[in-house]
Amino acid sequence: MNLNALWAYANPKKFIQTTEKVLPWVSVLAVVSLIVGLVWGFFFTPDDYRQGSTVKIIYLHVPSALMAINVWLMMLVTSLIWIVRRHHVSALAARAAAPIGAVMTVIALATGAIWGQPMWGTWWAWDPRLTSFLILFLFYLGYMALWEAIDNDDTAADLTSILCLVGSVFALLSRYAVNFWNQGLHQGASLSLDKEENVADVFWYPLLVCIAGFVLLFIALVLLRTRTEIRARRMRALLARERMG
Amino acid sequence: MMPDLGKYADAVLSSYAVSLVLLMVLVWLSVRRSKRIKAQLQDIEMKVKRNG
Repeated sequence: MNLNALWAYANPKKFIQTTEKVLPWVSVLAVVSLIVGLVWGFFFTPDDYRQGSTVKIIYLHVPSALMAINVWLMMLVTSLIWIVRRHHVSALAARAAAPIGAVMTVIALATGAIWGQPMWGTWWAWDPRLTSFLILFLFYLGYMALWEAIDNDDTAADLTSILCLVGSVFALLSRYAVNFWNQGLHQGASLSLDKEENVADVFWYPLLVCIAGFVLLFIALVLLRTRTEIRARRMRALLARERMG
Repeated sequence: MMPDLGKYADAVLSSYAVSLVLLMVLVWLSVRRSKRIKAQLQDIEMKVKRNG
């Protein structure tokens, strides 16, 4: 595969043309896998012997938490591309992804709190993973606010890219906090290559379908929102040109 | 048919309600903004074409 061919999609026109064809398929696949995964998990899996029916929250909590971290890492990659190669589409893709990541973080925090109340006896604890997730959410808010606060698109892309690099520390910390500090309430990873650590197969398969659904939903939304950002940027450029002459 | 969620029914149902509402609002806002910006850009491009 020629990786250099990927740079063709840095052209806004080419990006819009290609995503026009891809977007409907990804959207349909996202909806189908989300419905299948959530219906399977909610209606057709048994209760856990310790957690009871609250185990059904895993189908929302784990995929949203995974996405909260990985969306930021995708923003890190696109921000680095902007810093190194100055491709506008990559900066706009990072901007488009931020609200999706913020919503995923809220879902992870909310479902975690709702699950924690009956299981741990508290809605919230200043546990390393929970706290780093809260800080990650604040970074998402700061990132979005910074884009809105600066009129010049290139300056905004530069500054938000730097903020993204700094926030990546908390994105990684959210993932590995449990391994760094053997304290706090949050258990280790639910998904692992180590068979001993993984959840049982009866929960694992619907969970995989739900994760696929969340990933596909993210791809569909980020494509749609990047197209919107490209058009909004062109609109601002045309308006500025008209004002000047 | 609704599964028996026992004493944790409130926790499970509220988790699903909060998550699905948030996801639907995100999708709705994204689609709405996409349509609005697309229409605005078309208007501006037509105007620019007319004005030469």
